[in-house]
Amino acid sequence: MSEPASALGVARAEGYVAVAELPPQGMISVRGDLSEEGVAQALADASGAALPGVRGITHAGETSLAWMSPDEAMLFCGYDEAEELAQALREALTGAHALVANVSDARASFELTGARVREVIAKLAPVDMERFALGEIRRTRLAQIPAAFWMPEEGRLTLICFRSVARYAFDLLAKAAETGAEVYAR
Amino acid sequence: MLLLTCPYCGVAAEETELAPGGEAHLARVGPEGTDDAFHAYLFEKENPRGVHFERWRHAMGCGKWFHAARCTVTLEVFGTYPAQTTEPPEHIRAAISAKRPGWTWRDLA
Ligand SMILES: [Zn+2]
Repeated sequence: MSEPASALGVARAEGYVAVAELPPQGMISVRGDLSEEGVAQALADASGAALPGVRGITHAGETSLAWMSPDEAMLFCGYDEAEELAQALREALTGAHALVANVSDARASFELTGARVREVIAKLAPVDMERFALGEIRRTRLAQIPAAFWMPEEGRLTLICFRSVARYAFDLLAKAAETGAEVYAR
Repeated sequence: MLLLTCPYCGVAAEETELAPGGEAHLARVGPEGTDDAFHAYLFEKENPRGVHFERWRHAMGCGKWFHAARCTVTLEVFGTYPAQTTEPPEHIRAAISAKRPGWTWRDLA
């Protein structure tokens, strides 16, 4: 089988916040009514994480489970585990009105690190970053493209977007995070 | 700037995160309808100065369609509510009545 490659060859930019493209990540999209017991249980079992509430993201080791809409969840895992995990989910959801898709190759992921990650995102998305909470996932607009992000901890932010717009997202983030582009004086 | 709170994900979404979907609560006229009724369904939309009901989609967010009641003059938002309804719920009508006594919209009041 061919080697999986990230969209930009794990590009990296050092500014007042560092922007790094992450190597290929496992992502499984699950559509189904999350308020249904069977769907919720299958997701919790597969991920090992607690079912997140509205706009929440929960973690269990390397696996994360995100609330994307009332009938959509996203499971993040190692790239190599995705296919097996998706198959297990499909089996667990047999009979339920649900759909499972391994979308790992459809997305690009970035990690931003630095004390001022909130400021960099605030330049690009219509989100009140001062009040953005850890444990929250936000689907929004990053300039002209759809994106989603969460903060695993203060000073670190993970962002995903469609792979087809990875270059746009990276250039945008790198420009906003460039040294000298700080908004507030420290 | 228009901020509408998505009833599905709870985000107070700024207008650029949303896609407009035109007038709310239209009853579709099917093949059995008259030409006049079909014409009215397609083209005769409300364009009020004041209270209005619209469809919006949280396009850059959770992706869901929802309804909004707002004032086209002041951009004041009376409330948002889920798409799974054919008319504005009572609490939305009450909120409008509190701010705009005597309001009318199509055959609603
Ligand atoms: Zn929403």
